[in-house]
Amino acid sequence: MKALKFLLKKEFLQILRNRFLLAIIVLIPVFELAVLPWAATFEQKNISLCIVDGDHSSYSRRLIEKILSSGYFKLTSHEPDYDHALRRIETGHANLILIIPPAFEKDYVNRQPLKMMLVIDAVDGQKAGLGMSYLSQIILAYNTQIEVEAGNRTGAFINIKPHYRYNDAMRYQNYMVPGILVILVTMMGGMLSALNIVREKEIGTIEQMNVTPVSKSMFILGKLIPFWLLGLINLTIGIFIGWLIYGLFPVGNILNIYLFAFFYLLAFTGFGLMISNFAQTQQQAMLVLIFFLIIFILLSGLFTPISSMPEWAQRVTIFNPVRYFVEIVRLVYMKGSGIHDILPQLYRIFGFIVVFNFLAIVSYRKTQG
Amino acid sequence: MKVIEVHNLTKTFGSFTAVDHVSFEVAEGEIFGFLGANGAGKTTVIRMLCGLLAPTSGKGSVVGYDVSKKAEDVKKNIGYMSQKFSLYEDLSPVENMELFGGIYGMNRKQINKKTEEIIKDLGLTKERRSLVGSLPLGIRQKVAFAVSTFHSPKVVFLDEPTAGVDPMSRRIFWEMIYRASDRGTTFFVTTHYMDEAEYCNRISIMVDGSIKVLDTPERLKNNFGAGTMDEVFQILAGKSKNQVQ
Amino acid sequence: MFHIVRDPLTLTIMIILPILLLLILGFAISTEIRNTPFVVFDQSRSAASSKFIAKMDGNAYFTLVNALSSESDLETAFHRGECKLALILPADFGDNVPYREAVDIQLVVDASDPNEGSTLVSYVQLIAAQYQKELIGRASAPDLIQIETKMLYNPQMKGMYQIVPGMIGLIMMLICAYMTSISIAKEKELGTMEILLVSPLRPALIILAKAVPYLFISLTDVALSLLVAYFILGIPIAGNIALIVLLSLVYTLSALALGLLISTVAETQQEAMVLSGIGLMLPSMLLSNLIFPVESMPIPLQAFSYIVPARWYIDGLRDIMIKGLGFKAIVLDFFILLSMCFLLFFVSIKKFKNRL
Repeated sequence: MKALKFLLKKEFLQILRNRFLLAIIVLIPVFELAVLPWAATFEQKNISLCIVDGDHSSYSRRLIEKILSSGYFKLTSHEPDYDHALRRIETGHANLILIIPPAFEKDYVNRQPLKMMLVIDAVDGQKAGLGMSYLSQIILAYNTQIEVEAGNRTGAFINIKPHYRYNDAMRYQNYMVPGILVILVTMMGGMLSALNIVREKEIGTIEQMNVTPVSKSMFILGKLIPFWLLGLINLTIGIFIGWLIYGLFPVGNILNIYLFAFFYLLAFTGFGLMISNFAQTQQQAMLVLIFFLIIFILLSGLFTPISSMPEWAQRVTIFNPVRYFVEIVRLVYMKGSGIHDILPQLYRIFGFIVVFNFLAIVSYRKTQG
Repeated sequence: MKVIEVHNLTKTFGSFTAVDHVSFEVAEGEIFGFLGANGAGKTTVIRMLCGLLAPTSGKGSVVGYDVSKKAEDVKKNIGYMSQKFSLYEDLSPVENMELFGGIYGMNRKQINKKTEEIIKDLGLTKERRSLVGSLPLGIRQKVAFAVSTFHSPKVVFLDEPTAGVDPMSRRIFWEMIYRASDRGTTFFVTTHYMDEAEYCNRISIMVDGSIKVLDTPERLKNNFGAGTMDEVFQILAGKSKNQVQ
Repeated sequence: MFHIVRDPLTLTIMIILPILLLLILGFAISTEIRNTPFVVFDQSRSAASSKFIAKMDGNAYFTLVNALSSESDLETAFHRGECKLALILPADFGDNVPYREAVDIQLVVDASDPNEGSTLVSYVQLIAAQYQKELIGRASAPDLIQIETKMLYNPQMKGMYQIVPGMIGLIMMLICAYMTSISIAKEKELGTMEILLVSPLRPALIILAKAVPYLFISLTDVALSLLVAYFILGIPIAGNIALIVLLSLVYTLSALALGLLISTVAETQQEAMVLSGIGLMLPSMLLSNLIFPVESMPIPLQAFSYIVPARWYIDGLRDIMIKGLGFKAIVLDFFILLSMCFLLFFVSIKKFKNRL
């Protein structure tokens, strides 16, 4: 235990003398929080629409007006025919073509069924789906409106009264900023710890350490504690910048976030150290870490809901520590969840702490085969 | 008393035999020279004796502890300095010493006392607070030596401790070894500088993974009818299969 | 040049990991709304309300996770993150609905993610409208306007079609730019670069020798990714393979040049990692239309995206691979990448000479 004191002093001295490291500890949170919430958005503001109006009647103009006033679509151009419109899709200028048939008004007045064509660039499935459902809804509502006006139909009697909660401003950044905090803490914690031991291997200092009687767990603990502390500092900087730029602060008790981060970082730093032990070069360590970070982050529910994933992928997320931190940070930040609400996730993190750190200690080899 | 006992020690990497049934003994207080061309297997032997590498077969013991089974006990009693002088370059000499002293279980008082002794002894007063990375190679070598002997180990392993250092610094370095040796420390030194071999009490010469000769420098020179150790070495190395040097 | 071949572990990692990434993410990432958990507080407990709830639950969009017995349980359900929607059916639901009298359903929505929140509401509205229509039956006038939808290029609207070309672009950036910059920085850090530079070889040659293996590896990764995309993920390769190769080559070269540029600035591996992480990987991930639509971003970010090579590559790759378009469609992408490539090589070689 006495050795630990000396190991810790060494790590902290090294960190404090590494200007580059200190700079990124401060600058990366600023950068990530300033840019990511704006870039990492699935918001589909303007779906580009190209219209082939074969009718040019008051009915068709009223429909187009209704579509454009919905705010979902941006009219890129009117085209004379489908071929011209298709070219707009091929060149990437339009996402959607609406073809209004000739004699739209005439048919309607004569109560002839008529077909509206929607041609959609579906490479981006999400955008295509949204575009389709928005546009169909508008057209059907238009249909209903005309029918109600003509007295052929009764209006809706089941009314849905939505109450939007937990994000009063309906601002996407409010949702992303807590998530970005998780990326920040995970990335920095994982990166710094994953590169550390392997760096000592590369420059050879680990030899001098391995030839001493230092115990494996002391050595790992000596590495774990500094990065764990750096993670908490990073989180603090992140929370501060989130408040500074976006005016965001947890609705719930901020201590709950720290409590969770306290354990989460123990687990994730252990994970990074484990990678560092297995890797022979920093390059390898980084590649493996990036691989896990991408998988952990994309399967964490940060960007896409876990409930949308296939069954097997949902099961995989159970073994993803990042998932729990994302859930907790958002719950506490946006809904003000309390300690009782976050207990289930906390218990699972304990499991990760044990497994990752056990593996980190075991995989640290003082003697090679 | 024998401090190091090695019997048929062997290490293979795949189909390559780096160390082939090596046997020798080193007595307490001795300066034992371990010579050989690059790739002859010197470093592999040292790494096995320090518990950094597990032997494939054979037996080795240091200060009475088996290197395969009691590697951690061996480590408590030895000092090690590698050819890369693996110091922390972003720490000062004093901080390096303090770190390793602490790891070997010395308390603050012992560390401070020893640090002052060594700083005075090696003439590092001026450099004590500079970062190791900014020091010239000769000074780093001194610091590395200081670190490896800081906790007063019974045996010190020096793996090519003078590689790349100028002749003047090499002389000073050997003086440090003698002084420590006078206090009873055993030294196990590898080198490929043949003039250094003359400073050792006994030397062994390794060729292609096995020890070809083992004796005092004088007797070796007599046996081979050579004027210097270098000539002895040339005769032996000429028989090497893979002619490294 | 043969460093990589002598380091089989790194080589394996560089080939296996990208493919694994493509497989896992290709299958798993989906932005569709599916199985969204909701709770219900049914105050009417009538046949009509049960039928409405069943209709919600039976839908692919929603899954009922709990029926609450009081309104106070609602808060807990949201606070624990158990549900995203709460449906509160009024006590008069059972009495009014069969007689087509107005009822108000209160829908509490977790709008933490406002996009998801409003999409969920529109789905519930759709279900309510369908429910109402079924109730009324044939009594009302039929919809005269029918909508026929034609989905071009990706009829099943699979997320993979969008993500896979993007991932290919990202992986190449990772191997080519990121790994090259680290490997050169490593030589600098460990001091071996100086030894190479005092040798009679020309600096440009040394650098090229370092970079070429990464070029081959990343082209191998492209080939493997395309095979995986085609045979395992079932994504058709609609366009000309030669065009894909051509475009990939230009892109890889510009990625390589970027990596070199970074390595002229970075002195240590960690510096190289951070610089290329922030300077290359993040823009390639975020500003390339890989998953996030650039056109929804603020103007400065949109402007910046024009100098991100991945944006042009991914755009061109989608045009050829998914849309099956010819060279004409990617002329712009191709020439922009080509000029970036020349410019970057020019700058990095010049910088390299100056620095060393």
